[in-house]
Amino acid sequence: MAKRIEAYNVSSYYGSFKAIDNISMTVEPKTITALIGPSGCGKSTFLRSINRMHEVLPGARIEGRLTIDDQNIYDSDVDVTAVRRMIGMVFQRPNPFPTMSIYENVVAGLRLNGVRKKSLLDEACEKSLVAANLWNEVKDRLDRPGAGLSGGQQQRLCIARTIAVEPQVVLMDEPCSALDPISTLAIEDLMFKLKDRFTIIIVTHNMQQAARVSDRTGFFSIDKTGDPGRLIEYDDTQKIFSNPSEKKTEDYITGRFG
Amino acid sequence: MSLLERTGVAMTPGNIRTRKLSTAVVLGIAVAAVALAAVVVFGLGIGNWVLVVALGGVFYLAGVYVAASRVEGRRAARNRTWSALIHSACVLAILPLASVVWTLVSKGMERLDGDFFGSSMNNIGARDPEGGAYHAIVGTLEQVGIATVITVPLGVLGAIYLVEYGRGRFAAAIRFFVDVMTGIPSIVAGLFVLSFYVLIVTPWFNDGRPGFSGFAAALALSVLMLPTIVRSTEEMLRLVPGPLREGAYALGVPKWKTILRIVLPTALSGIVTGIMLAIARAAGETAPVLLVAGGGAAINFNAFENNQSSLALFVYQQAGDASRYAPARAWTAALTLVALVLILTIAAKLLARRNQLTR
Ligand SMILES: Nc1ncnc2c1ncn2[C@@H]1O[C@H](COP(=O)(O)OP(=O)(O)OP(=O)(O)O)[C@@H](O)[C@H]1O
Ligand SMILES: [Mg+2]
Repeated sequence: MAKRIEAYNVSSYYGSFKAIDNISMTVEPKTITALIGPSGCGKSTFLRSINRMHEVLPGARIEGRLTIDDQNIYDSDVDVTAVRRMIGMVFQRPNPFPTMSIYENVVAGLRLNGVRKKSLLDEACEKSLVAANLWNEVKDRLDRPGAGLSGGQQQRLCIARTIAVEPQVVLMDEPCSALDPISTLAIEDLMFKLKDRFTIIIVTHNMQQAARVSDRTGFFSIDKTGDPGRLIEYDDTQKIFSNPSEKKTEDYITGRFG
Repeated sequence: MSLLERTGVAMTPGNIRTRKLSTAVVLGIAVAAVALAAVVVFGLGIGNWVLVVALGGVFYLAGVYVAASRVEGRRAARNRTWSALIHSACVLAILPLASVVWTLVSKGMERLDGDFFGSSMNNIGARDPEGGAYHAIVGTLEQVGIATVITVPLGVLGAIYLVEYGRGRFAAAIRFFVDVMTGIPSIVAGLFVLSFYVLIVTPWFNDGRPGFSGFAAALALSVLMLPTIVRSTEEMLRLVPGPLREGAYALGVPKWKTILRIVLPTALSGIVTGIMLAIARAAGETAPVLLVAGGGAAINFNAFENNQSSLALFVYQQAGDASRYAPARAWTAALTLVALVLILTIAAKLLARRNQLTR
């Protein structure tokens, strides 16, 4: 089920602006990988390149190869929607569907992909909301609009929505930046649970979180504004946080930079 | 001392309280302003009550500004003046509308009877007080109905193309021509359909005779409605945030389904408003109907054959008719037209809201 993701010399562009340069990394199945680095260094851009969300923006393009279980997802005969169904994504800013209720938001992915059976949807809804630590807060108002929730609740709603379709890889772009410590712990628990079956890549600005949850950590950085982001170091989390081989990494995680 | 304090703008705890001009004083100023205006106008004999109101407004503005700047300070005085100006602008804007509605209702009541909605102008001579707009109502409903059926799918799909798929020169060209089409005068649309459809296409099926019909009028109305619908729908679709689409893509939802199930519902009420504006405009068109449907006094349910009338055309014809019973018919028909558009708009809004969650 879980997939291995490999990036070979991936560079992503916004028009003529090169946002990331020559990223190569391998993400093993059933692991949690954390991406850290200063703001604007291309973490989101790289993450969005993994499920072909980058190309949605006009003028955005990518060079290099990105494979999932040895299949290049950028091959011309690849079905984009299949890739995205396999690789789910939680965005940096919560984006619940404004015309849908909480319930409809959670099961949107299933419904829009053809699942009709009510009992199945109900079950998926409850399971996903419980996993995202939102069930207790919303179980009495599932028919209320999803956009009427607080910012942190909306983010957890989006997490529930993503895991409801059971993707094999989950990309999370700062999923906890708007969450309280209790919900953050719940999401981290969820990640540990998902790890049994799925591959997870998470972007975070929270060093403790990266150290707590991840098996491997990638450190991105830019030399100066306008330069493309680069993968400085990619290693076991243990090693990155105790004995990084690059001076820049050490400076960043000890707070002397960025 | 901070920069703001030096300029006297900063609020220190000492001056967050200000004295207020009491409501009684403001009312007093208003009464005094109108009284003063009345004295000036009628004393000099230079006008009637309209001028009194206008002059009273000016006096009131001046009075409130002076009084407020003495009591509350200059910023508050300016605030009062501007809000008074904005309120009067609002009243000025509503006045013509209210006057139109009032005129329509008061003059339209005379013939608002069952006969008006139940009979046509067939065999009604200049001396007959009866006669009605049944045929015109049928014509308007059929013509606008057909035009709506043609333009709404085309317009909405066209807008979807422009927003979601259109890239490069082709889309830019389409957008340009849609803009140009928006400015087409209705008589030109009518002439286009007349010269192309009525005089060239229909004779083939009609033993060489040109076929005037309600359908031809619907075609002309479509030419007018299409660009409006494309443009307004396009604006509404552009307002739907990109991250919403990405949220659906990330769940593995195909693009077309995202547009259908996420983007369109989100923009629905705005799209409906745009469509209703186009329908309202089309329902009020006279020239194209006169040109290609010809008008007619009898009831004709078949929009594809023979002449048809419409409410707007009926108003035009009755208003210019020599019969002394005609003007009352024209007023009632105008009232009917406005009521029809109003009812359609309300119905469409309700329908659009049913799909939306109450907040
Ligand atoms: N839509 C866009 N159009 C043009 N440039 C963009 C766009 N999105 C991001 N960029 C640029 O790409 C670079 C990388 O942005 P990205 O969002 O990937 O950073 P990030 O590492 O996720 O930062 P943060 O931690 O603040 O989220 C930045 O220089 C940014 O200005
Ligand atoms: Mg980011």
